[in-house]
Amino acid sequence: MWTKPSFSDEISNEMYATGTRGLNCCIQCATCSSACPAVEYMDHTPRRLIGMINAGFRDEVLASNTFWTCASCYACSEHCPKGIHPAELMYVLKRYSIWKNRYQEGLVGPEFSRRFVRTIMKTGKSYEPGYAPAFIFEGGFQGLLREMQMGVKLLRKGRIPLIPSRIKRVENFRRMLSRIVPLEGIA
Amino acid sequence: MKRYAYYPGCSLETMAASYHVSAVETANKLGVEFQEIEDWNCCGATPYSNVDELLAQTLCARNLAIAEQNRLDVVAPCSACFKNLYFTNEHLKTDPDLAEHVNFALEADNLHYAGTGAVQHLIHVFVRDVGLDAIKRQVTHPLTGLRVAPYYGCQLVRPRRPDGWDGAGPRFFEDLLAAIGAEPVQFPFRLRCCGASLMITNRRAGLGMLRDLLRGATQAKADLIATTCPLCQMNLECYQADVNREFGTNFSIPVLYFTQLMGVALGIRPKSLGIGKELIQAKPVLACAARKPPAAKAPHGSKVRQP
Repeated sequence: MWTKPSFSDEISNEMYATGTRGLNCCIQCATCSSACPAVEYMDHTPRRLIGMINAGFRDEVLASNTFWTCASCYACSEHCPKGIHPAELMYVLKRYSIWKNRYQEGLVGPEFSRRFVRTIMKTGKSYEPGYAPAFIFEGGFQGLLREMQMGVKLLRKGRIPLIPSRIKRVENFRRMLSRIVPLEGIA
Repeated sequence: MKRYAYYPGCSLETMAASYHVSAVETANKLGVEFQEIEDWNCCGATPYSNVDELLAQTLCARNLAIAEQNRLDVVAPCSACFKNLYFTNEHLKTDPDLAEHVNFALEADNLHYAGTGAVQHLIHVFVRDVGLDAIKRQVTHPLTGLRVAPYYGCQLVRPRRPDGWDGAGPRFFEDLLAAIGAEPVQFPFRLRCCGASLMITNRRAGLGMLRDLLRGATQAKADLIATTCPLCQMNLECYQADVNREFGTNFSIPVLYFTQLMGVALGIRPKSLGIGKELIQAKPVLACAARKPPAAKAPHGSKVRQP
């Protein structure tokens, strides 16, 4: 008999592809939470998030900022006594929430990621000033002004290029990427 | 002369141009030759893995495949690029299905990944392949009295790599600083994350994480922080003013690349190392560079003729 995979199954399957142990072996010891340098800015600690996934709290998990507050520093993964890779879990949740287009309103992370990927698909290289529109509204007008002041300082030190650089074989590069994902709608 | 396929990464073309010039100058001085990977592309940083993992691996694989054509091992100065390239290499070597899928994509650019090369971070090349003794022998301007906070950051040492030579309590950065005459300070936050792209996606969290690092380095009475990563450098230096505004602190500590310190110790002119492009002036280092080198010792066994 076929049953629809639960939220926890979906996440565990995704995790399996990344080569880490499944969330069902979590013992809720909170080593991940205590190793995390960003934990105080998260709606739920990593330990709690794993508990919520295992208990099937799909909507609450997707609505939290926890995985978008992960800086991918792998401190948690290094210390987990059960061999779970919580940093990979955060990546899995970021992908899942982007695919499903479900995330906390007002978060900068999803838009920043999309913008970054779009830039690289077009030019093959990253270009910092191009990401500005993703976050200027967060700091309001004051924030924008401060960001511009720093930009001008860096510009005068020759640290910001005016023209984005691009790779030479862009056409081949894009054909290469199109063999992995459909480029329509992204690039 | 040792040769490597050099992968600069996007930041070293822009924000971290001084890392690029100091890396190349220092390497040349130590008899290491870099051959830039022809037409390299972005490693994907972290946002790529946020969107699609296979895509992220393919981006890295393209660079690895180009480097393999010249039968050279890859060296990356950026910790994040290093981590991405290193682990893609490991995944592809151990997972033939993944390699086949990625190779199907690489065909579109007439490339093939075979898994014959290795990937190292720049600091690994200096510490392991060149060696601390060889570096010590070439020091002409030891950074005596300069108190440096060795900031490893995260991606250089995590996730733990299968080759695992630096383990959980790495010392190689401290050893390297000591070899060039500087004094590595006890810096409790040396392995803590700088906040990375949280500075863009969650400013409050990013600034809070930076504050801890800056406070740690200041309490350790460091003259400056040395980094191995362009993103750590930019966050620690460029957002110091924002940290001060947010938390009412008064930090003003220069943040330099370890290659700039090595270059000064090896007698390279500060300007050729990109020193001068900082927002917080690197005065303590410039003082070392301006010092007269200690009188050269007569080669062992030779006698100095008296007039």
